[in-house]
Parts: sequence; C-alpha cells; structure tokens
Amino acid sequence: MIPAPRLLLAVAAGGSAGAVLRYLCGELASDGAGFPWTTFTINVVGCSLLAGLELLPFVRRSATWAAALGPGVLGGFTTFSATSEQGRAMLAAGDSVLAAGYLVGTLGACLLAVTFVGRHAPPLPEEDEL
Amino acid sequence: MSVTVLWVALGGAVGAPLRFALGKVLDGRFHTGTVIANTGASLLLGLCVGWSVDGSAYALVATGFCGGMSTYSSFAVQARDLGPRRGAPYVVLTIGLGLAAVGLGYWLAA
Repeated sequence: MIPAPRLLLAVAAGGSAGAVLRYLCGELASDGAGFPWTTFTINVVGCSLLAGLELLPFVRRSATWAAALGPGVLGGFTTFSATSEQGRAMLAAGDSVLAAGYLVGTLGACLLAVTFVGRHAPPLPEEDEL
Repeated sequence: MSVTVLWVALGGAVGAPLRFALGKVLDGRFHTGTVIANTGASLLLGLCVGWSVDGSAYALVATGFCGGMSTYSSFAVQARDLGPRRGAPYVVLTIGLGLAAVGLGYWLAA
C-alpha cells in the first residue's frame, strides 16, 4: 500500500539531508584510487546507526521521525549504487581481487555492524527497514 | 558550499521516497521493492557513468537520486533479519543484480 503523504514527505526531507551528508563526506575525503574507504565507511556507519535507531525514545514514539531518520536520512546517506559502480569499475580495470575484497568486505562489515548493534538495541519495526 | 549541494538534495528528496514507496508496496516475504530500488538505481548510475554525465546533472541524478534511491543500511538490516538461510540468497541476488545492472547501463551508454 502506498505510504501516507506525511511519511513520504518525512522520507524525502531525510533522504535529501542524508544524500547531502554523503556528498559532503566525499568532498572532505574523496574515495580516490584503490579501495573506496569513504564510501565503505559511509555504508558501515549508516548501517550501524539504522540498527541502533530504536535506541532513540522519540523514534520509538513517532512513526514520522522513524521514517525521516531510517529510510530517510540513513537510506539517503548509504548507497548501494555507488558500491556497485565502484565494483564494476574495478572489474573493468582487471582488478577482480580488489573488487571481490571491496564488495564482500562492505557486505561483511555492514552485516557484522548491524548484528552487533542489533544485540544492544530494540528491533526495528518492518516499515522502518525499507 | 556550492549550488551542487542543492542538486544533490533535490535528487535525494526524490530518490529516497521512491525507494520507500517501492518497499511499502512490494516488500513482503521477499524484499522485492528494495531489490528493484537498488537494481534500478545501479542501472541508472551505470548509464550516467557510461554517458560521462558530470557537473550539476551528475550531482542531481547520480549522487542525489541514485544514491538516495539505493540503500545499504536497509539492505543489511533486512539481510540480518532474514537469517542465514533466507538472507544468503537475498544478498547474493542483490549484489549480483547490482553489478549486472550497473554493467548493463554502462554498456548501453558506451
């Protein structure tokens, strides 16, 4: 079912803030050549924060805040498309070891982070996992 | 701070709610909506890179929209909550489709 306009607006506002934060991180510390540490760090930090989102009392009380911060800020901050493109570029350059290390490394680090943080935080409602 | 930030903000403000709506409408036992959002964003980013899009257009479409439409945070939390048996096919499918889509976009554009 199509989400309520209030939630869509909350995700739009949060998503725009998250995307700008990601852009500014790239301006401060560009990925450069080799392993894209900036994008890697953005994704691991964003995953950790989403897993711990329910630690914030106002997020537990408000579906609007939960949507703004979870699918909004953190969904907009983290990126799957850039990771895929970086992996593609590494493969195209013949660097399959780096590509595998990056893609598997990002996945592994993010899964470890959400598992670890999740042990210390209340579970996320399903609609905030989008 | 430049006007580029505004393009990124605008792209993110469209991409993120699109992903959210896709997930709300299509995610069920399987996260079809999130897979479509991540795959679609990867395809579009591949097209942008293949077309050598740059400047404001790159900020709007690639950094803002594609980055906002795709998500690693939800993907990782969903995979964790699916557990190893259902999570493994989910991550293999998502990452495989992402690479295939970005490669297809790049190839189509080049």
